[in-house]
Amino acid sequence: MIAFIVRRLVQAALVMLAVAFVSFAMFNFVGDPVANIVGQDTPADQIVELRKSLGIDDPMPVRFGRFVVNAVQGKFGLSYRTTEPVGRMIADRLPATLELSLVAAIFALVAGIPMGVFAGLYPNSWLSRTMMTVSLIGVSLPTFLIGILLIYIFAVILGWLPSFGRGDTIKLGFWSTGLLTVSGLKAIILPSITLGLFQLTLIMRLVRSEMLEVLRTDYIKFARARGLSNRAVHFGHALKNTLVPVITITGLQLGAIIAFAIITETVFSWPGVGLLFLQSVVYADIPVMSTYLVMIGFVFVVINLIVDMLYFVVDPRLRAQGRTSGSK
Amino acid sequence: MTSPKLLEVKNLRVEFPTRRGTLVAVDDVSLEIAAGEVLGVVGESGAGKSMTGAAIIGLLEPPGRIASGEIRLEGRRIDNLPYHEMRRIRGRQIGAIFQDPLTSLNPLYKVGDQLIETIQTHLPLTHAQARDRAVKLLEDVGIPSAAERITHYPHQFSGGMRQRVVIALALAAEPKLIIADEPTTALDVSIQAQIIQLLRRLCREHGTAVMLVTHDMGVIAETADRVAVMYAGRIAEIGPVQDVIKRPHHPYTVGLMGAIPAMGHKAERLTQIDGSMPRLNAIPKGCAFNPRCPKVFDRCRVERPDPMPAGNSNAACWLVAKEPAHV
Ligand SMILES: Nc1ncnc2c1ncn2[C@@H]1O[C@H](COP(=O)(O)OP(=O)(O)OP(=O)(O)O)[C@@H](O)[C@H]1O
Ligand code: SF4
Ligand SMILES: [Mg+2]
Repeated sequence: MIAFIVRRLVQAALVMLAVAFVSFAMFNFVGDPVANIVGQDTPADQIVELRKSLGIDDPMPVRFGRFVVNAVQGKFGLSYRTTEPVGRMIADRLPATLELSLVAAIFALVAGIPMGVFAGLYPNSWLSRTMMTVSLIGVSLPTFLIGILLIYIFAVILGWLPSFGRGDTIKLGFWSTGLLTVSGLKAIILPSITLGLFQLTLIMRLVRSEMLEVLRTDYIKFARARGLSNRAVHFGHALKNTLVPVITITGLQLGAIIAFAIITETVFSWPGVGLLFLQSVVYADIPVMSTYLVMIGFVFVVINLIVDMLYFVVDPRLRAQGRTSGSK
Repeated sequence: MTSPKLLEVKNLRVEFPTRRGTLVAVDDVSLEIAAGEVLGVVGESGAGKSMTGAAIIGLLEPPGRIASGEIRLEGRRIDNLPYHEMRRIRGRQIGAIFQDPLTSLNPLYKVGDQLIETIQTHLPLTHAQARDRAVKLLEDVGIPSAAERITHYPHQFSGGMRQRVVIALALAAEPKLIIADEPTTALDVSIQAQIIQLLRRLCREHGTAVMLVTHDMGVIAETADRVAVMYAGRIAEIGPVQDVIKRPHHPYTVGLMGAIPAMGHKAERLTQIDGSMPRLNAIPKGCAFNPRCPKVFDRCRVERPDPMPAGNSNAACWLVAKEPAHV
């Protein structure tokens, strides 16, 4: 177990190094940042001074080394656009994105798993068929369209929910949360549904097909032959065996949710890192873009680690590597 | 026949509706099992042995269904019970052991928990009592240091040990009948005999009747009290084991007895007779065996024989018919 964790941590570090290199490389390929910062009438010596202070003319390995060392300390330089420290800009907006993503993921799981279980248990019922058809539409509609549709119905026509922003937030230390105010909770409903809908259909379809698969297995047949109740067979024996793929996909999708938050945040003017990223793209604000990339990479790596650990919790066969038949 | 009938199957017919017509997997099968008796069931692959067993325990997989006939357990009809009532019979009155011990146990649960769950489903015991019983059951099926093994997961047991656990699970609530569908086919040859002996000993001790489906005539000869030989969904011959083995009446049975492998040797598939069993959608008119039968005569191609008395057995063959042909 320890060896496994160490191995995974080393792998994670290597992945992060690769991501860091790509983010770092962005600085070299996208235009000359100094040209964006300085005005047309800035004196030449001031430009040279600026280039020096930004360390732009050093050799590549030195710059990469500096980039990594700084990144590990949370120092990502200054935004070309606002000249604020990028680390702080991201940290300020990260809670908004994480809360949105988390609520979207929970929505997708809490609704997707029971729907998938039902559709797997009663594949021929009209409700299952309806869910499958509707989910197909859900999968093929682009996120921004769903967002706009929801805004149109619930904000414009019915006027029940706000169409943009985060509502009121409360500061808890460095974390600003919108989950503790009424307006914040109202504000998160539409964006999280928009963001989670695709994952919901994905999880539902996955759970359904896994259930259908598992229900055909010998151990389910044997569980029935032992006279266990339907509840025990379906929710004890069958559902638990569908969990490993569900955990994998949920983990990967959580990363995808955070990444795809860009679109939802744009549609709903949600003040998260995704919106920040888009604004940065417009300004070719490389430090912000590259930091965003590092951050997304980091999120994926962390989630993968957690998913690997969860396998151990769920599946005893992995826990007992090396211990085989008969031996203790 | 003085002993009371535990199980009675009368004119059982199992059908699979398919797009290209209805397939009849089990056709007009009648058999009886007395309390404590071991009925061997043999026949080529596809003969309908498993379907008969599945119908008895009420676990036919859709679209398979019982089209007609009845199944009685101690006189009570069980083939038309609602699902929740049949569920209470499964495990408690009729247990089942399936072919593959490697896949019959849920890989994510400790064997002890699977035992305790089964015991508590059927018997009014506390968790601690159920646990004691689980340990006792594991000891009974010959698993060393059972008290400790109870916390192990299925993958920590070898194939033979897993099949022992499966037997313990099937016996957990002391059913009166066990349907054992090729319980050793997936196992290593060297342990097949052990498992069969274990099953036989336990069932004798508990007075449990067994419907033992197997391809191994050697196992039948040593274990069964009576044998049913199935062919193309029907019973070709059924009778006391010694009669069927030593004085087979049906030409198909005669062919089967040609090569009885010694017990413990790898069971040969029963294909010593030239040709192969007809597919369900192409069962010949008259006696289903007639294209392969060495003794076939005119009547066999027109009229279908039902099982009729032949010595101590019953055989579905016109050769043993007492009354003249109606053709
Ligand atoms: N889902 C199904 N649809 C159509 N026919 C089926 C289906 N399942 C089984 N059958 C048919 O039912 C017949 C009886 O099958 P069964 O499993 O009872 O045979 P068996 O005697 O147990 O054979 P084996 O020795 O291979 O286990 C077979 O011919 C099989 O093709
Ligand atoms: S009825 Fe005829 S074909 Fe069928 S087994 Fe008897 S002799 Fe052979
Ligand atoms: Mg079978």
